[in-house]
Amino acid sequence: MYPKDLRYSTEHEWAKVEQRRVRVGVTKFAADKLSDVVFVELPQVGAQVTYMEPFGVIESVKAVSDLYAPVSGRVVEVNTSLSEAPEVVNTDPYGRGWIILVEPKDLKELDKLMTAEQYLKAIGEDPE
Amino acid sequence: MSAKDFPVIVELSTPGRVGFSFPEPDVPERPIERLLPVDQIREAPPGLPEVSELDVVRHYTRLSHRNFSIDEGFYPLGSCTMKYNPKIHEETAALPGFRRLHPYAPAEEAQGALQLMWELERALAEVSGMDRVTFQPAAGAHGELTGMLMVRAYFAARGEKRTKVIVPDSAHGTNPATAAMVGYQVITVKSDSRGNMDVRALRQAMDESVAAIMLTNPNTLGLFEESIVELEEIVHGRGGQMYLDGANFNAMLGMTRPGDQGFDVMHMNLHKTFTTPHGGGGPGAGAVGIRSHLTPFLPVPVIEKEGDLFRLDDARPQSIGKIRAFYGNFGNLVRAYTYIRTMGADGLRQIAETAVLNANYMLARLRGRFDLPYDRVCKHEFVLAGTRQKKRTGVTTRDMAKRVLDYGFHAPTIYFPLIVEEAIMIEPTETESKRTMDEFVDAMLAIDRETQDNPDLVRSAPHTTPVKRLDEVRAARQPDLRWKTRP
Repeated sequence: MYPKDLRYSTEHEWAKVEQRRVRVGVTKFAADKLSDVVFVELPQVGAQVTYMEPFGVIESVKAVSDLYAPVSGRVVEVNTSLSEAPEVVNTDPYGRGWIILVEPKDLKELDKLMTAEQYLKAIGEDPE
Repeated sequence: MSAKDFPVIVELSTPGRVGFSFPEPDVPERPIERLLPVDQIREAPPGLPEVSELDVVRHYTRLSHRNFSIDEGFYPLGSCTMKYNPKIHEETAALPGFRRLHPYAPAEEAQGALQLMWELERALAEVSGMDRVTFQPAAGAHGELTGMLMVRAYFAARGEKRTKVIVPDSAHGTNPATAAMVGYQVITVKSDSRGNMDVRALRQAMDESVAAIMLTNPNTLGLFEESIVELEEIVHGRGGQMYLDGANFNAMLGMTRPGDQGFDVMHMNLHKTFTTPHGGGGPGAGAVGIRSHLTPFLPVPVIEKEGDLFRLDDARPQSIGKIRAFYGNFGNLVRAYTYIRTMGADGLRQIAETAVLNANYMLARLRGRFDLPYDRVCKHEFVLAGTRQKKRTGVTTRDMAKRVLDYGFHAPTIYFPLIVEEAIMIEPTETESKRTMDEFVDAMLAIDRETQDNPDLVRSAPHTTPVKRLDEVRAARQPDLRWKTRP
């Protein structure tokens, strides 16, 4: 449920290093809590995002929440398919439900994020 | 219920049917081309439904029967203060001198209406501890916008550049939305374990870049902010403004005044606390009260009294301008005025006392069978959690809320405030009898039992309403907002 190769933020985003870029989405925990996601407001490609500041909005039938950037940098790609099928955030949060791809200013920033083990502890779930 | 059971008014249309008949004109008819410029004349007539008066009356009366209102049953919708609207309001609001008054009537011919607004302003200033009150905003969120525009104008006039607004994580969603709309960056401060704003977190977040804090008191958990004095010192100590979301003013009337708690600006939902209609029956009325240092920024016009005469003052150079046509929802000002005058000062205090007593009575009966993350003496409402039920058989708060409808009540507010998981927010208001509250509590206890004995019954609720469980997800993902001819 919480892949070991990802890093996790306190606001329930995951970050995955792909070559020199960082793919970002929300965790299974966040997707479950939100319940059915109905809309994701994406930033423009080229926009600057800042570590732990809002870069977009995610809306479910239950709540509207800000999306926080787990890393600072420039947005190089956004998942435009979410406008047609926001439900993939629920069904495949670490795969087709990704949200943005960032060219980070400093990859070391990711060290500030939690490991899968730490994240599981933070959300009160058993690592097993 | 199918579309056939409930056609839209357009589908009732019969070509040529009319609901009126005009007498023959007693002046010569002239072709429309001689009266209007060509580019302003329609090429085809508008697609209005062609129906008779009786068609219209039946259609909308039938629709109204599908509605649920406070006149029909208990409506414990937390945070919304769905209390009874006394019928005497309709008599005063219908007085011809008020009802037939033209909004363009000159001030000298509208003295009665202006006097009513002036006296209502004085009354609301008195109960809120504010200095002036504007009635322009159409409802609560519009009141927030008006209040925060005045805050922004205040700092602009002082030459201060402040860029942030602080809201608690329990805030109504309109608070951060308002702050963002006015151009501020929103900073969220977490609540502490007792459901208060975390004083230490506020102290950390507060500095000279913060324009204001937007608080609700009692907050959305129905709890009084125990550290309000300290919060006020922290915010004012750094030169910030205190905004009160007055949605829960009902719990405070005659007991304590926001102005005395240090708030600089607040909105009052006349359609909640002061019993003007709302919940589909609106329109609302979002009066905004301010302390005197914000007076120059009030929207225009402002009513002033000179001797025995009232006049409308538009010449206010620092005003944020006009934020709505004319003077707000005037009919509702008449209703709010009527309410305050019929209740009197003692009556207003009794409203708060009884609202708080009622909420605590219901809480006492429900505590133990539902989770209660912030277990304190509540004010006018309280927030339970359906976590126990969800853990037991997977029945969610949403399922239980739908099941409430089968028992003949409006559902409580659910999934708000966001800091409570599976939240169930109940506000009885002071106008409900012990009997009604007992009936509702009995229903909640019965539903709790059903979640164990017959969870499918709850999961598939409602069973007795004309419309069953709606597909909210599809409605949000693929909204169908425009009527089209059905194939």
